[in-house]
Amino acid sequence: MIKKTVRMKTDYLDDYRLIADLPALVFFALVTVVFISIPFLFSELWLSVITHIALYSIAVLGQNLLIGYTGLISFGQAGFLAIGAYTFAHSVHILGFIPSIFISGLIASVFGVIVGFPSLRLKGPYLAIATLGFSVVVFQVLQNTPAISGGRMGLSVPSFGSKAEIFYLVLAFCYLFYIAGYKIVKSSIGKSFSAIRDSEVAAETLGINIVKMKLLSFAISSFYTGVAGALYAIYMKYLEPNMFFITESILMFSAIVIGGIGSVLGSILGSIFVIAVPQFFVGMKELVPIIFGIVIVLVVMFEPLGLYGRWIKIKLYFMNLPFR
Amino acid sequence: MPILEVKNIETVYYDRLYVLKGVSLEINQGEIRVVLGPNGAGKTTLAKSISGLIKDQPRKGDIIFEGRSIARKEAEKISSMGLVLVPEDRGVFPELTVEENLKLSGWTKKDTWVFDLFPNLYQKLQEISNHLSGGEQQMLAIARAIIKKPKLLILDEPSLGLSPKLTNELFKTLKRLNEELKTTMLIVEQNARVSVEICHYGYVMENGKMVFEGKADDLKDNELIKELYLGGSVKKTEKGWKLYKTRRRW
Repeated sequence: MIKKTVRMKTDYLDDYRLIADLPALVFFALVTVVFISIPFLFSELWLSVITHIALYSIAVLGQNLLIGYTGLISFGQAGFLAIGAYTFAHSVHILGFIPSIFISGLIASVFGVIVGFPSLRLKGPYLAIATLGFSVVVFQVLQNTPAISGGRMGLSVPSFGSKAEIFYLVLAFCYLFYIAGYKIVKSSIGKSFSAIRDSEVAAETLGINIVKMKLLSFAISSFYTGVAGALYAIYMKYLEPNMFFITESILMFSAIVIGGIGSVLGSILGSIFVIAVPQFFVGMKELVPIIFGIVIVLVVMFEPLGLYGRWIKIKLYFMNLPFR
Repeated sequence: MPILEVKNIETVYYDRLYVLKGVSLEINQGEIRVVLGPNGAGKTTLAKSISGLIKDQPRKGDIIFEGRSIARKEAEKISSMGLVLVPEDRGVFPELTVEENLKLSGWTKKDTWVFDLFPNLYQKLQEISNHLSGGEQQMLAIARAIIKKPKLLILDEPSLGLSPKLTNELFKTLKRLNEELKTTMLIVEQNARVSVEICHYGYVMENGKMVFEGKADDLKDNELIKELYLGGSVKKTEKGWKLYKTRRRW
C-alpha cells in the first residue's frame, strides 16, 4: 500500500493559506501565546531588546522583498527609516499614533518610488551605489536642517505608554506586516518579483510589466521600512540624525544575508541575530563590533543559505526520521 | 495576408555595431518558418528585435504583426498582443516550481491540454525548476509560452544544449503543436538538420543579412546549405574550401 506522505495541494487558495492544517494552527496559537506572555517572562532590558528585534524585522522583511525577491540591491533603507521616523515625529501631534504610523509608511513609499526610478536602468552594484547615495543625502539633509531634525537637541517623540504597551503595539504591526508579506510573496505579484529577479527577459516575454513591478517592489519595501521607522521613533522616544547613518542600511543588509535571502522567516532570524548577538557580548565593550563581525563571517562561511537554510536542514532531518 | 512582416529592419548596438543590416521576412498563419545561420549572424538579435526586447530598436524599418506596427514597442505589450518569444537561455525561473512557472503565464488547473504535449511536466508540477533536466526546462519554457495560445511563437535556439535524441523529441512536439493547435512558429536555429525537417519555409542569415530563402525542399536541395548546415562534405576544390573558410560565404 502506498502511504500518502505529502499533502497535495488541490486548490490555489492553499498557496495563500497561512495556516494549512491543524498542527500548523496549534503551532501558530502556541507562538502567539508565547509572544503575548513575553512582558511577563522577561526583564525590562530583554523586553526592550525583543521589541527592537520585532520592529527591526519589519524593516528587514521590507528590504528582503526588494533584495531577496526582486533582486534589486538597495542600501537606501537607512534613508527610508529616517523618513518614516521623522514623518511620524512631526505628524503624531496632529494625526495621533496609529494614523501617523501609516502616513510615515506612505511618505517613505513615495520616496521609494522616486528612488526606484534608477532601478529601471541600473543593476547590481551600480544600483546599490545609487541607493546608498540616497541614504547619504537624507542623512545630510537631516544634519543640516534643524527644522526637521530638531537641531543639536534632537527631536523628542511623545510617549506611547509603558514598555509592555509599546511591545504589544510593535507585535501587532509585526503580525500584520508578516502576514501581508507572506501573502505578497505567495501572490502573483510576489511570483512576478521572483521572475524579474531570475530573468528579466523571460519575465518581459510573459507580459510582466517590469517597470511597474520594480517600482511596486520599491514602494512596498520602503512602506515597510517607513512603518518600522515610525515604530522605532515610538520605541526610542527621541530622534537624532546619527541614528540613521548609512551603517544602518549595511546592518539591515547583513540581517538579510545572515537570515536568508528571499525568505520571510529568514528576515526574523536575521533580525534576531543582528540585534540580540551584540547583547550577549555587551560586557566586552569595544570588542563587541569585532566579535560580531567574526560571528557574521563564520555564519556566512558555514551556512551560505543563512539561518533559514539551517532551519530547513533541521526540519528535513526530523521529517526524514528514522530514515537517516 | 502574412501574420508577421519584418520590413528591412536595422538593429544597431552602441550606436556603431550594425547587427541587422536590412533584414526582411514574413510568416503566414499556421506556418513554421526557420532562420538558420552560424554564430554571430544576428539570429538572436532578430528574435529580440521582433519581440521588443532591445530598447529603441530596430532603428530603421518596420515590423507589422496582424496589420499593426510593433516596431520599438515594449516587450510586454507585444507579448499581450499574442507574439511570444521563448528566449535562448529558456528563461525558466529556477527558484520557482514548475507549477509557479506555468501560473505566471496564466495557467490554471483546467489547462490540462498542455500535459498532452508535455506529459513529463505533469509528474513534476511541484518540483523546483532548477532541478529539471535541460530538456525538461526547454519543455517547460515552451509549455509556459503556449499557455496563452499565442498567435505567433518565436523559439530562439530551442535545441541549445540538448542531446540529439531530446532534440528530435522536442522538434516532433513542435510539429504536433503546429498541426494540432495550429500554432504559427518562427524558429531561430543552428541545428539545420532537425529544423528543416519540420519547417515549411526557411531563411539563411549571415553577417546580419538574409542570404537565402526558400521552401523546405529548396533548402534541403541547395548544395551550399547541404555542405554548410546539413553535414554534407565540403567540395575538395579550392573554391569550395575558400567558401567554407571565409565568413562571407554567400
